[in-house]
Formats: sequence, structure tokens, C-alpha cells
Amino acid sequence: MAQYLLIESRDPFDSNDVQNFYGLASGLAKEGNEVTLFLVQNGVLAARQNARFAALGAVASAGVEILADDFSLDERGIVTGGLASGVKAAPLDIVIDQLAQGRKAIWH
Amino acid sequence: MADKKTLTFALMDAPYENARSTTALRLINIAAKRGYDINVFAYEGAVFLPFAGQQAHPNPVHGHDAEQEDHPLPREWVEAVIKEAAKNGGKVDWVNCGLCVDERGAGDAVEGVRRGTPGDFWNMAESSDNTLVIPTK
Repeated sequence: MAQYLLIESRDPFDSNDVQNFYGLASGLAKEGNEVTLFLVQNGVLAARQNARFAALGAVASAGVEILADDFSLDERGIVTGGLASGVKAAPLDIVIDQLAQGRKAIWH
Repeated sequence: MADKKTLTFALMDAPYENARSTTALRLINIAAKRGYDINVFAYEGAVFLPFAGQQAHPNPVHGHDAEQEDHPLPREWVEAVIKEAAKNGGKVDWVNCGLCVDERGAGDAVEGVRRGTPGDFWNMAESSDNTLVIPTK
């Protein structure tokens, strides 16, 4: 089992290829790998509870840990209580933690 | 430090254009606070991040002088992370791609930045615990 860190910086309402990245995260998790999807910058817009966007829920259901950068959330006025199910706010330090652990990391 | 790590970052975005530059420097700052050794390979427009010629400016639209505007200068952030790493027992090896520098006339960089080639990036990645490439869109 490999460990992956996938960092999504793009807004899925702006870039359709975000869903391909979500698909990569889900696929890796379904194959038994440990996967974290870290949302940052406009990537956190998908994490809103009231967003009309179901794709992130499917990623969570596949067993992917989904984290959203707390700074990016604050910048956009998204409160922790307003996050979609399966998404947790987290500091950017997590990225450095996982890089230091040697996770395979991809930025999108 | 028993758990000291070496991380490499490849950056491509020019300053003032995308949040990726800010996020990249946030990441580097976190690693610097931990005393990690940090390699940065700045490619394409990212060679302007440590450009020494950046100047604060007033904002006449808002009626602010340069001091009131308090304009952020990425070269100061680069200097700050170099100092932060050193303070915590680490170091930042910041390499600007030489061809990218020449194309853009970005040769005047802050202290602590050196000129290199993509071969440096290869060596950095080979000698690091991990590498993160932050590409342009």
C-alpha cells in the first residue's frame, strides 16, 4: 500500500479537470492506497456544505481523507461548521508533515 | 536534529499573478520554522520572486502613500524564509533557472539566491526526502 498526497488548488466550478483529479484520488483509494486530498486556494470552494456539487462526497465515500486549508477557508469566509460531510479543516502544516513522511505528492 | 528533513520545491509562477506563489512561500515558511533544509528551484516566471528590483508603491486610487499601502514584496518574503531557516538550524538553497533569468532580465536577485540549471533541480530531488512541483495552470 502506497501513501499519496493530492493537493487540489482549483475550483471545480472553474476547471472541469478537477473531477479527473478527484477520480485519481478515488481510484488510488479503491486500490487500497492511503490517500489524502488536500484542498487549498479556490479548491476549498467545493467543500461548502451548500455547494451543488456531489463529486467530493463520492471521493470521501471511496475512503479518501479530505482536508481543507483553514487559511483558504478563512480568506473565503467559509466557516468550519459550513463544510460538507467528509471534509475537515486543517492547517497547511499537514502538507509539510506528509511530504516529510515521504508521501507521493501531486499538485493540481 | 534527528528528524531533520530535506524538501525540494519547484516553483513556476511569477509573483503577483496567482495564489500559488503565496501558498508555496507559506509551505516553505513552515518547513523553515522546523529547521528543515529546503531546496527551491525557481523556473519560468518564478525567477522574479526574489527579484531585488521590486519596489513598494503608492496607491493613488485609494489615496494611500507607499507606507500606508504597505505593499507586499515577495523578495522580502524570500529573504525572510532564508533567515527563518537559518535561525532554526536549516538552510534554503534557492536556485533560479539561469535561462529563465536571462530571458527575463531577472538577474538582480536578493542575497542567498544563486543561478543554476534544471540539472540542479534533478540533483535537489535526488538528495531530498521529498519533492513538490507546483506547476502553472
